[in-house]
Amino acid sequence: MLVNPIKRAYLALESWFNLSFGTEWNPLYHLGTLSFFLFWVILVSGIYLFVPFHGSLAGAHASVEYITNDQWYIGGIMRSLHRYASDAVVITILLHMFKEFASGRFRGFRWFSWVTGIPNLWMVVTIGVTGYWLVWDELAQYIAIGSARLMDAVPIFSGAMTRNFVSGEMTDRFFILIEFLHLLGQPMLLVFMLWLHVKRLSNVEINPPRGLAMGTFFALLVLSLVAPAVSHAPANLSTVPQVLHIDWFYLNVYPLLEYWPEEQVWMLTTGITVLLMMLPWLLPKKDEPIAVVDLDHCNGCGLCFDDCPFDAITVQPRTDGARFEHEVVVDPSLCGACGICAGSCPASNPFRTTGGELKTGIDMPQLSVDEMRRLTRETIDEMDGELKILVFGCEHGLDVKRLEGKDTRGVKLICSGMLPPTLVEYAFKQGADGVMVTGCRQNDCFYRFGNQWIKERFDGDRKPILRARADRNRLRVHGAAETDRSSVEKDLDDFRVRLRALNEAIADE
Amino acid sequence: MKPLRMNKLIRYLLQAFNYSLFMAMVWYFATSPSIQLIADDEAMITIAFAHAGELREPCRKLSAEELAQLAPNMRKLEDCPRERSPVTIEAYLDGGSIYNETLQPPGLFGDGGVDVYFSSKISAGSHRLTLKMNDSLRIKEFNHNLDQQVTIDPAQVLLVDFDSRYGFIVK
Repeated sequence: MLVNPIKRAYLALESWFNLSFGTEWNPLYHLGTLSFFLFWVILVSGIYLFVPFHGSLAGAHASVEYITNDQWYIGGIMRSLHRYASDAVVITILLHMFKEFASGRFRGFRWFSWVTGIPNLWMVVTIGVTGYWLVWDELAQYIAIGSARLMDAVPIFSGAMTRNFVSGEMTDRFFILIEFLHLLGQPMLLVFMLWLHVKRLSNVEINPPRGLAMGTFFALLVLSLVAPAVSHAPANLSTVPQVLHIDWFYLNVYPLLEYWPEEQVWMLTTGITVLLMMLPWLLPKKDEPIAVVDLDHCNGCGLCFDDCPFDAITVQPRTDGARFEHEVVVDPSLCGACGICAGSCPASNPFRTTGGELKTGIDMPQLSVDEMRRLTRETIDEMDGELKILVFGCEHGLDVKRLEGKDTRGVKLICSGMLPPTLVEYAFKQGADGVMVTGCRQNDCFYRFGNQWIKERFDGDRKPILRARADRNRLRVHGAAETDRSSVEKDLDDFRVRLRALNEAIADE
Repeated sequence: MKPLRMNKLIRYLLQAFNYSLFMAMVWYFATSPSIQLIADDEAMITIAFAHAGELREPCRKLSAEELAQLAPNMRKLEDCPRERSPVTIEAYLDGGSIYNETLQPPGLFGDGGVDVYFSSKISAGSHRLTLKMNDSLRIKEFNHNLDQQVTIDPAQVLLVDFDSRYGFIVK
């Protein structure tokens, strides 16, 4: 199967990190939470720096020098942590964007998270710019003039800002305004934007695994000790700095002002931003039918509400006069059409009816639970080998049809999380010797929690659980991306050996 | 060493390698590559000031009849149109033009002052600086002029300001 080269590159990077960090600590699976963790480092170090910092034109540089040199053992480290964590967060945000783009998680129902995420990068960059401004060294002078030129080019402004930095008219009032923006205004706006960014998600995590957080902090600390952050010479508006060591994570736009007029720089940055924000519509995804609630089979238990990764389901008072207290309602604008709700519904039990259509409380029109049951039964019937192995996979991981052989058949689901555990039991009843469930790589489900929920259901940690009567030895879970065919085939071979041994043991009895 | 322990050790070493790579990237791009804004023998000239051009039309004294037609609290002796003249500035260094711009007065009624900002690298040393400005449509020639020899050190900013009371000021 042809895998898009951007996704292939991402999967290769992901594999490399899985090798060194494992799936639990893989930083690519925690880019959002890692960014939050770096924000904490920035916040705590920033609060420390604020205490000895002197917020005035005359005192700013000297106070930063005092923090850096006289207090190198704490203030200097805090300053370096503040800077390097700020730089690192740009990398994690860019990687986060790359990951979501490469894996196609930016369009369709996800457009809102993508569109609200792009301005966050700019918010972070502008906070960094005002941060560099506060040092009031030659670099600050350079970005102050550059920023003022950019602002003056915006028609709604008066065009007088640049003169503040050339004619010696700058006062502490403007400097304090920048300080206020950096310390309060911009961070508060960022917090609001981050809230908006994750608003359509459920079970939002903001803390990375402890080991990953500790490793990242330790690495930042080592860097802070080995290469402490330092300032340039104090700002002097009557001279031009000759050489500047600029922070390319934050200040990459400013050198363009040496070659282009301000309007062109605005056009470039605005153009890139608009282009990125338009991607969900420039590379659209076909809308899939959303989950449908059947109140005749819904008792309002709320398991689908608990499992929905996108907060699309709400539990509301019953409206059909049935004896149950609640019913669930699907919000069409939030539903990702993943089918995880169908897998969580206790009514999605293939043993409930034998002959007629299997109806459940919440179902997917494009692949109903009844259809899954039919496919399971017919696929097992098709096999005539020594063993019968049924592989359930999803649309976003490895294509299970590529694993098919004499003793192996695949059933493709929308997401592995839509598999009701009782369907595994049903497969065994229908004659399957073994069931393998693939899906996306562990901790990297396209629909966020599909492979996590299914694992917890099989382990008995999440309702609906796989009942004890289903033989766990005949069940295997192996998360796999499109490029992981060889590792799954290897695992399948191992599974075959185990199943043969189990069959032989039964025959011996 | 047991295989499991060995695997763990290799995994930690790989993690250390990845963290080092990440931090090397952070460290390098936090300060590098550096940029050179001006060469050792260069300086900067900056023309920056705010100035409101003269009124397009002169104020006109109202006649006694016109004043009588106005409400008592509206009787101003002069009627002054709001629109201001565009401001034309030309700057020459050693006879060569470095800046030539006509700035229109901003605002819905064209009655605002213009903000002049121009900055350019020049070679350090002694130069002949000539500045000309016209700020009135009612005057044909440049009505504010400066022509002077200036000496500028490397990396220095030669700042040209304007004050309507004193004319051009070179700092």
